Amino acid sequence: MEKTKVLVGLASCGIAAGANKVYNKLLALQETDKLDIELKKTGCIGMCYREPLVEIIDETGSYLYGEIDEEKAVEIFDKHLKQSEPVKDYVVKSDLFKAKDDSFWEGQVKIALRNCGVIDPENIEEYEEQGGYKALEKILKEKISQEDVIQTVLDSGIRGRGGGGFPTGLKWRFAYKYKSDQKYVICNADEGDPGAFMDRSLLEGDPHAVLEGLAIGGYAIGASEGVIYCRAEYPLAIKRLNIAIEQAREKGYLGKNIMGVKGFDFDLYVKEGAGAFVCGEETALIASIEGERGMPRKRPPFPAEAGLWAKPTNNNNVETYANIPYIFLNGPESYSKYGTEKSKGTKVFALTGKINHGGSVEVPMGVSIRDIIFKLGGGITDGKKFKAVQLGGPSGGCIPEYLADTIVDYDSVTATGAIMGSGGMVVMDETTCMVDIARFFLDFTVKESCGKCTFCRMGTKRMLEILERITQGEGKEGDIEKLQELAYQIKDSSLCGLGQTAPNPVLTTIKYFRHEYEAHIKDKKCPAKNCKKLLTYTVDPEKCTGCTVCAKNCPTNAIDGERKEVHTIRQDACIQCGMCYSKCKFDAIILS
Amino acid sequence: MRVKRILQEKETALQDSVDLTLIDPLIEKYKSKKGSMIPILQGTQNMYGYLPEEAFIKIAELTGLKLSEMYGVATFYTQFRLNPVGKHIIKVCHGTACHVQNATAISEAIEDALDIKDGETTEDRLFTLESVACLGCCSLAPVMMIGDETYGKLTGKQAVKIVKEIKIKESN
Repeated sequence: MEKTKVLVGLASCGIAAGANKVYNKLLALQETDKLDIELKKTGCIGMCYREPLVEIIDETGSYLYGEIDEEKAVEIFDKHLKQSEPVKDYVVKSDLFKAKDDSFWEGQVKIALRNCGVIDPENIEEYEEQGGYKALEKILKEKISQEDVIQTVLDSGIRGRGGGGFPTGLKWRFAYKYKSDQKYVICNADEGDPGAFMDRSLLEGDPHAVLEGLAIGGYAIGASEGVIYCRAEYPLAIKRLNIAIEQAREKGYLGKNIMGVKGFDFDLYVKEGAGAFVCGEETALIASIEGERGMPRKRPPFPAEAGLWAKPTNNNNVETYANIPYIFLNGPESYSKYGTEKSKGTKVFALTGKINHGGSVEVPMGVSIRDIIFKLGGGITDGKKFKAVQLGGPSGGCIPEYLADTIVDYDSVTATGAIMGSGGMVVMDETTCMVDIARFFLDFTVKESCGKCTFCRMGTKRMLEILERITQGEGKEGDIEKLQELAYQIKDSSLCGLGQTAPNPVLTTIKYFRHEYEAHIKDKKCPAKNCKKLLTYTVDPEKCTGCTVCAKNCPTNAIDGERKEVHTIRQDACIQCGMCYSKCKFDAIILS
Repeated sequence: MRVKRILQEKETALQDSVDLTLIDPLIEKYKSKKGSMIPILQGTQNMYGYLPEEAFIKIAELTGLKLSEMYGVATFYTQFRLNPVGKHIIKVCHGTACHVQNATAISEAIEDALDIKDGETTEDRLFTLESVACLGCCSLAPVMMIGDETYGKLTGKQAVKIVKEIKIKESN
């Protein structure tokens, strides 16, 4: 009989939720009770909203326990592990009975995330048990030619998962065709989109899949060296990648004459990014690896011809590489059978914002945004009204509720004015102000613009100033038109993707939520009651207890009232700082 | 724009004298490697918590890297700091998910409690407050990170409580 397996999800978000404490508790219990179970660490299971997660797989089946703390861990240990009585109240998913979170899993197809939450990412043998490095072995042992490898990738229909959507096979073919004594493959793990964490999940949960994908890419284009450019904000991902690289070297999956194939050398290293969003752009990323300021370069020449150290270079995103071994093990049609005509396969999305089931999901292309949010995502928090979803981060746009039936594929999403992007999906409800969201993204691009192109450097700044004015209640007639004019100029006059797409959040919010801009500008009102300066603060006489906390905290002494009597706010002295609202313990401050 | 820090005045009062021999092995390791400027600067920062001026000069002398280029790189990337920081760096996430879940309230509460502004260090050199773009724990928004520890689903009050607990531990 197989040992009962106990898996604890130990990716960054699990750890943040306290999964380490749960793991240590279980470990201590196991040691004192000398219980013969297999306690394992694993990566991201995907249900971030239920972290910490513990999965128990015994001879009857699997039980996924959610929101486990040390106390619950003891209970599960005593009841389930010692007495074989599962604690059904905490089970969020099981293959034996209906559980409360089954809807989160319906319609998901795990290809890129196939091993996340299943294997111990720090143990190469577990990856091997799942068919790991078998794709590389197959290619090398069966002596599949470079052209055929590229053809298989083309046949699978996979397109760049970093957001651009360029066919991966074509990219490989370009880099393959240029002759050179030295070529490089790069993995872009500089996931800079605020609101996206798919790549982090993958790197923390299944680093070997990315390494194997890179090695296959290296073989296909004729590169002997690879670089993983990972952002320094992901310390755990970097640690696990380095462990994985060491293990792969020891096992001979990296190094010289791999698997005894003479002449196929491939090795790689992790390069820590130093915090610059623009380095997600491939030429800027290359400049950064070379140790320079990460500023984009003019293309052509494209990296396929002259990339890293001016040698032919292929650069793909983490998720793209993670799919590659699967495609070779199961055949290209196993991948292309999912998806739409022009967008094949699956896509990982990071669901966040005002959504009940935040986490990472992998769905076939062609699923509607509404299904992702309401079926998998479980709808909007606190029963509020769904307003919009932001796709593609600072380069993307907001898709309004009435377009939520848009399906996810590269072309349909682009048609709305947003972009597919790397997969961040930030859900917004009626309390999110769309002008403020546009301002937020512009603030981000202004800080992150490298400064090379004038329109991107100055234009975004001017746009931000206008947006700040509008959210402060100082918007003027003609501001919307001015924003649009600047937006098109920036798009037309910027060298790289950052500048070309920076105005997208503004353009899409104007397109779909023009009335909110107008309300700010003309009526000096924020319909979402979000922009502090546009709100009026009054005291609810029913709720006010006269505790004087608001009056004490008011920076302009605009609140009058005796102790234990209803207070009032003098509007002429109020500066709309919101301090009284945040300090009041009785919800007695009304915003209007 | 990624050049704003050039405008900042140097906080000479906070500068310490540093032991420059600490970076010798680092320089030795990367001296003759191409593209090693960023790793050298990262290693130096790991050592001192920031990039001291003396270290720049020493690296330039021993590796042949140009001082101007190093300064250009150090001011380009948000990771690098030119001034000393507190013992604990409080990184408040201001990614999209945290923004819509009111990350501003977290920053404001900490600013209030520690009486410092974003990017500043407390007088006792215990805390530095920083706003960062996405920490990648979006489902737990709003999030902050102190050292290697990440704290999720925060309110302003909870954030302040966590900071105060660290402060109490430090004073014992």
